[in-house]
Amino acid sequence: MEPIIIEGTPKTPTIKFDSREGIFEIKGRSIPENSVEFYKPLNEWLDSYMQVPLDKTVVNIKLEYFNTSSSKCILDVFKRLEAIHRSKHDVEINWFYEEDDEDMLEAGEDYDSIIKVPFKMIEIVE
Amino acid sequence: MSFDLENLVSDLDIRDAILYYKGNVDSEVINKVLDSAEGRLLSSHENPRLRKKVYNVLVESLQNLYHHADHVPSGYRAARPDRFGLIMMEKTLRGYRITTCNFVTTTRVRELETKLTKINTSTSEEIKELYKDILNHQEITDKGLGGLGLIDISRKTGNRLEYKFVKYDNLHAAFRLSAMVTVD
Repeated sequence: MEPIIIEGTPKTPTIKFDSREGIFEIKGRSIPENSVEFYKPLNEWLDSYMQVPLDKTVVNIKLEYFNTSSSKCILDVFKRLEAIHRSKHDVEINWFYEEDDEDMLEAGEDYDSIIKVPFKMIEIVE
Repeated sequence: MSFDLENLVSDLDIRDAILYYKGNVDSEVINKVLDSAEGRLLSSHENPRLRKKVYNVLVESLQNLYHHADHVPSGYRAARPDRFGLIMMEKTLRGYRITTCNFVTTTRVRELETKLTKINTSTSEEIKELYKDILNHQEITDKGLGGLGLIDISRKTGNRLEYKFVKYDNLHAAFRLSAMVTVD
């Protein structure tokens, strides 16, 4: 299947989910008024990927800001990754946060406690 | 009736307002307010932790107005009746205060008060668990997740949310919400 690539804007993140390499990335700001609309194509794409996942999928989340409606949509992304992990495929989620951004670290820890997929918290030191 | 949403902030001790907007809150206005606030925070070389918290709280405050402000009462002067509100950001001695004002229907006052009381009487650990519970178990609508924005503001600031309701008529109340954004 073809990768899904969505260019970022000041309010929406860059999405690069490469189904050939098994490397997925969400990067930037996710603060749109209608997050459901933005994340819908991504979750639909993941529904297809879940049928034929690679042996290993690495997910890199590098968010600067996200709003509460995005937080639910991102959880929906993680729930699909959890289903892939449950079907005996390797999934690793790398949660990047900027130095001293304790709120972003806590947000990653929230997801880690909800989703049964290995999370790695990675501090970006400037 | 001479009431204006501005009346709701007249009793605040405003010393250094750096952002003030009253009017229709659409996507374009939200973008402009966020750009302006971020520019001010960057040019004043604000502590990055504080800057990020302020930006986050501002996003949620503006989007609360966008999604949850009820129509203005008939007879109230507004360019557009929907998504009408006021937002103000002030520099304080310890950080920033972000205040929003909007109309809500009388029927929503008790629901909002219940939510705010629960938030203000919860410990930080309880707030965290409440956030995760709503995130994990509540369905999202086109207005977001019920009350998660308020919980997020409380969690990010670590401070009590200050609020008040003023009766406008039998069907409407004016609602003011203030969040103090500080870092240790």
